[in-house]
Amino acid sequence: MRKKVYMVAGYNTISMGTGRKEFNPKKERAGLEELIKEAGQGVLQKIGGAKNVDESVIGNFIASRFNRQANLAGFIPYIDEGLKHKPATRVEGACGTGALALVEGIKSVLAETADVVLVIGVEVQNTVKAIYGADILAAAGWAKQRKDGHAYFFPGKFSDRAKAYQEKFGKDKTRLAMATWYKNAIENARLSPTAQEYHNTSTDPHKVAMAEPNPKGFVDSLNVFDCSKVSDGASAIAVVSEEGLKRIGIPLSEAVEIIGYGQAEDDITKDPTDPTRLETTSIAVKKALESASITKEQVGTVECHDCFTIAGIMAVEAIGFANYGEGIDFVIDGNTSRTGKVPFNTTGGLIGWGHPTGATGVHQAVTILEQLTGKAGEAQIKISPDRPYGLSVNMGGDDKTLTAIVYKKA
Amino acid sequence: MNYTDKLENVTVLGAAGKMGSGILLLTAIEMADLSLKPENKGKHFVINAMDVSSEALHGLMKYIRAQVLKAAERKVGMLRTVYANRTDLIENSEIINQYVDDVMLLIRPSVSIEVAYHSTLIFEAIKEDPDLKVKIFSNINENNKKSPWFFTNTSSIPINEIDTKAKLGGRIIGVHFYNPPAVQKLVELIKAKTTLPELEEFVLMYAKNLKKIVVPSHDFAGFIGNGHFMRDAIYGISEAEKLAKDSSLAEGIYMINKITQDYLIRPMGIFQLIDYVGIDVCQYIMSVMNPYLPNEDLHSNLLDKMMEAGVRGGQNSDGSQKDGFLKYDKNRPVAIYDINKKQYVAIADIQAKCDDRLGTVPATIKPWKSVVGAPNKEEIFRTYFADLKNSNAFGSDLAKKYAVRSKEIGLALVNDKVAFNEKDVNTVLLTGFFHAYGPINDYLN
Repeated sequence: MRKKVYMVAGYNTISMGTGRKEFNPKKERAGLEELIKEAGQGVLQKIGGAKNVDESVIGNFIASRFNRQANLAGFIPYIDEGLKHKPATRVEGACGTGALALVEGIKSVLAETADVVLVIGVEVQNTVKAIYGADILAAAGWAKQRKDGHAYFFPGKFSDRAKAYQEKFGKDKTRLAMATWYKNAIENARLSPTAQEYHNTSTDPHKVAMAEPNPKGFVDSLNVFDCSKVSDGASAIAVVSEEGLKRIGIPLSEAVEIIGYGQAEDDITKDPTDPTRLETTSIAVKKALESASITKEQVGTVECHDCFTIAGIMAVEAIGFANYGEGIDFVIDGNTSRTGKVPFNTTGGLIGWGHPTGATGVHQAVTILEQLTGKAGEAQIKISPDRPYGLSVNMGGDDKTLTAIVYKKA
Repeated sequence: MNYTDKLENVTVLGAAGKMGSGILLLTAIEMADLSLKPENKGKHFVINAMDVSSEALHGLMKYIRAQVLKAAERKVGMLRTVYANRTDLIENSEIINQYVDDVMLLIRPSVSIEVAYHSTLIFEAIKEDPDLKVKIFSNINENNKKSPWFFTNTSSIPINEIDTKAKLGGRIIGVHFYNPPAVQKLVELIKAKTTLPELEEFVLMYAKNLKKIVVPSHDFAGFIGNGHFMRDAIYGISEAEKLAKDSSLAEGIYMINKITQDYLIRPMGIFQLIDYVGIDVCQYIMSVMNPYLPNEDLHSNLLDKMMEAGVRGGQNSDGSQKDGFLKYDKNRPVAIYDINKKQYVAIADIQAKCDDRLGTVPATIKPWKSVVGAPNKEEIFRTYFADLKNSNAFGSDLAKKYAVRSKEIGLALVNDKVAFNEKDVNTVLLTGFFHAYGPINDYLN
């Protein structure tokens, strides 16, 4: 990195949807406007107001269909009049949108066109039934494959991956690992008041997630617990330079430094070369670690893109914590739990915290910021001095649009 | 018999009623699924939705569209396969809408009976009036050259009697759906002595495709379902009247409704069920059944009085509950009708006193909703009924007596050769009335 870049002042709205006590699909609830405003103002309050912001980036996957709304940059001045007439950009990369928004901010700071960038991610998906939401989310894949795809398009894609993995490495053990992943996600989410599964009261989430998939009602190789839920939510954070940090008056102790990042893109018209691997993920992570000049052994916590439990397990292998085919053992043995060797998704991840698609990448950064600065509340994990780094991996589509970011307490 | 051919032209009589609309919905979906099969390409399917009320048909078409949409959403995975060759249909929403259109295209609403003259299959779900049914069947039979089959949804009239009077030559069978047909799994199948075997064969296939559970009943007035329900209701009414002697009728009704819902762990209390079915319908069914029952009097003066007072229960066209023995606010009982005072008494005003009289509720009692789908419900009931048995509270005694009476009614249905066996009686209560356990059990032995 040619210049120091920091992230500070993270904010998450509640990830709203089934599972939250307040959620009633028939009643009106916060929409795009309210969530953007809540998250944006949450950050502005911590950084001394809109006057300190040079520019804003808003990440959103597909409000054009969920909410009949495009041109989301127009909601930035809606957060605060002080943002009127300042630059604002909307970015999109499906479920990998949030991290693209962060990278936009990082690049602006690196390019010295801004010292303080407000970055927001938002998605409001509970506007349609899941069966229609599946149509909308399918746009993260190649539209020309939709016709032959599953009714639940993405669960179908990852079910195929799970099936291939199970055939190669054992059905029972893979199911056990997926259930372990779910259990970890729920246990972590119960410690994060904004998590969608915060109110989850299941006495045995592991057992629940051992349920046999129901191919007639859903997909072949995943049960519903293997899937992230439909979520409404927004997350925001400030990406700042050293000068910016001084301007907003936040001490270094409350910031994380961005040590490196890596992006990788794959051809959306092509099927994965090997369905049992997340190839693009591994490349993005490799680039990020190289850019940060660290090894994976120095990483103390990871936020990975577990849109499905199997994606979490494959990410463990793609990052390199476990050899190919051994991610299931790594997970079953507890290494990714909050007390394990490398705690993953410590506020629940996509399965537990929720997956407001365009916001997810930003939420990952907020979680790492909270963990590395000791502000994670009940969800706080211990960061050991020999593994001081945080890593986030955000994925758009079926291993297509990848961004990995490396963080360290400033 | 060719199953598909028989379903090419169907008429549902009384299509806009509660039962008719459900039968229309399920049959139209079955016909649409047949029409979409490649081997049936070119075949022309029609289902006439016949009802005397034009206004009700209007509401019916709205109801059917909404229900087909829900059905399509549930089976979109299968529909994607059905429409695999339609390159213009890509998203779930497009496929679902196409299916809704395809089902709706089969349905022709009509107020005139003549539409049935061209049908090969007639579903009848009109008023439970033997003379009216006979008159309409005779009319259709005389004017229809296709020797149509008649499927009657009667819940009480012997099929043999209709066959003889309408001169149908055995082309009739009882296909008794339960309310609401789209939800309740049960279909009672009633053959008359004369019923042609191919009708039964057809119904079994049709019911299987609709994922229904078929329970055969002997051709005896009331069959199994009403054979149990009407006697259960008469018992409930008499118990409430007994309690009224040292309180008020409203209090008696409140207590028996509570006993039958909470203490017996049923989906609703007996008075709410009477309201749900309709006080008028219950009165009518009893009057149809009673002449066939030389040794008992299936008749209630209280029902007559309620009818005279114009309090009938039943449902509005949107499915909401009309006031009957109970007054409802958003389908929840809030008051009870006292026929002597000709007014509703708020439950809140009598609840505490009545609950106090019923005494301590057994500790292991569970709401119906929490046990009906429980995998270990057998164990739950054994524990609960053992508790109930040991309790001497007034409410517990009423509940025990009620359960014993319900079992007696069930056993009598087998003894009197209405039901083929005890299991069938239990299946009817489980799948037609949504009870969580069958009345013939040994829980209180």
